[in-house]
Amino acid sequence: MALSKLENLYRQMILEHAAHPHHHGSLKKTSQKIELRNPTCGDVLTLEVELKDGKVADIAFAGSGCTISQASASMMTDEVIGKTPAQIAKMVVAFSEMVTGKETDETEELLGDATILAGVAQFPARIKCATLAWKAVYQAVKADDSKATLGLLHHDV
Amino acid sequence: MVKKMNDYIKDFPILNQKVNDERLVYLDNAATTQKPRAVVEAVTNYYYHDNANVHRGVHTLAERATEAFENVRTKVAHFINAPSKDEIVYTKGTTEGLNWVAAGYGRNHVKVGDEIVISYMEHHSNLVPWQQLAQQTGAKLKYIALQADGQLDMESVQQQITDKTAIVALTHVSNVLGVVNPIAKIAHITHQHNALMIVDGAQSTPHMKIDVQALGADFFAFSGHKLLAPTGIGILWGKSSLLAEMSPLEFGGEMIDWVQLQKTTFKAAPWKFEGGTQNIAGVVGLGAAIDYLEKIGMDNIQAHEQVLMQAILPELSKIKGLTIYGPQEAQERTGIIAFNLDNLHPHDVATALDMEGIATRAGHHCAQPLMAYLKVPATVRASFYLYNTLADGQRLVEGIKATKEFFKNGTI
Repeated sequence: MALSKLENLYRQMILEHAAHPHHHGSLKKTSQKIELRNPTCGDVLTLEVELKDGKVADIAFAGSGCTISQASASMMTDEVIGKTPAQIAKMVVAFSEMVTGKETDETEELLGDATILAGVAQFPARIKCATLAWKAVYQAVKADDSKATLGLLHHDV
Repeated sequence: MVKKMNDYIKDFPILNQKVNDERLVYLDNAATTQKPRAVVEAVTNYYYHDNANVHRGVHTLAERATEAFENVRTKVAHFINAPSKDEIVYTKGTTEGLNWVAAGYGRNHVKVGDEIVISYMEHHSNLVPWQQLAQQTGAKLKYIALQADGQLDMESVQQQITDKTAIVALTHVSNVLGVVNPIAKIAHITHQHNALMIVDGAQSTPHMKIDVQALGADFFAFSGHKLLAPTGIGILWGKSSLLAEMSPLEFGGEMIDWVQLQKTTFKAAPWKFEGGTQNIAGVVGLGAAIDYLEKIGMDNIQAHEQVLMQAILPELSKIKGLTIYGPQEAQERTGIIAFNLDNLHPHDVATALDMEGIATRAGHHCAQPLMAYLKVPATVRASFYLYNTLADGQRLVEGIKATKEFFKNGTI
């Protein structure tokens, strides 16, 4: 098999997002800021969110990580702009299910381009890399109820 | 020698399999080792024929189980050249052993203003217990610096260990750098300042002959599962005079001498530390693992790993963009190689190697302060053992080259 199966994980779009991540850096105006760590590898992700009129007006992430975590963070930032916390919660659940192999008819509609990360399901050791940014945005926009995440992303704690 | 060592592979059924359509090359031995038939069968036979609780029954099975349990203590004492079997305490692993010393001995003996000296290369299990002890007692936690090649800086050793030092706790072999620390020399300095030398032997005991007396250690801890034994069994060795002054942390069955309503007296060491029913099958498995290792000879195992390193390190060094952490000379290290490829995240490298059937570890290896010291977020780690071959090393070299080619534009 050698490396042929790897192409299921490292799709071209994923490599491009990792090499040139969108919304990388920090924001001038931030309403929510959160720092999350992946305890298995020590990767750190800082996420800043500007909420306006109940929606995500702008978002930025910083930190270091592997291809999967960086690409996932980049795609997540593309998808959540303009969304309400309730919509984002639905997206995060859909993402979490997708990377554990449970895609539904709604997955693509909810996640857009980020659906390309579905291949992660074949690489269970990398699920945490993919979910870190989504877990972070969920906590950032629902900061008053962050404990709920522990149940939501059960494979991630 | 390598050829002869290769004969042992057939004793490890797990190695005879394909992973992702490739013959498995298991290079995660610093995390845990595979088990030979002799160990698995010893555990099975114990459960099939001798299983009983130890020290309390008067029946025949209980006597057999007790004899097996206590015989392994003698075997371990011989294995690490401890003066007495009564200095061999069963634990669930290195982590528990080090925690017991920090809590059971440290809390009674370390005072405000004392100093505890460790190094930047410690595994979290030989770091966090001392950090906790320092916080609880008001002692100061100090770190020995490393040289550029990852070896302990002996000048820093001299500076950090002072008359205020109560405890020096060091790893014998780094689980990341593979470097072997000069424990005997440091123990000598430690004792000149009337401090105790505590040694984390998790990464050394599986790979070389251990002599706790020659090392000048006061306490020495290691795990069974890193030397072919089952998980959940480990050893804490301590000098009898120190074990006598150390408090047990688990109270209950087995460890007591006489229980009254308001007070209890305990058994002597080592039994006072072994509260509750012990991992008897694990102890039996550890005994079988030690027999297996001693049949091969620890010196032969060490020599075999040297042969592997001398062949593999130069091949790896030729790969452009590959950084190897720790000393570059094979004779200064054990069979652990931590590395990174330029512009590639170690997780991506380890996933690619896994697709080629090669099991390595990527991450911070439970040594976050060391990662910070090396200024890397993480590394890939390949760790070899007695059943690894030159062909395994070649597979690693080829695997890394293929990974580099796959990600030729980098991932980070």
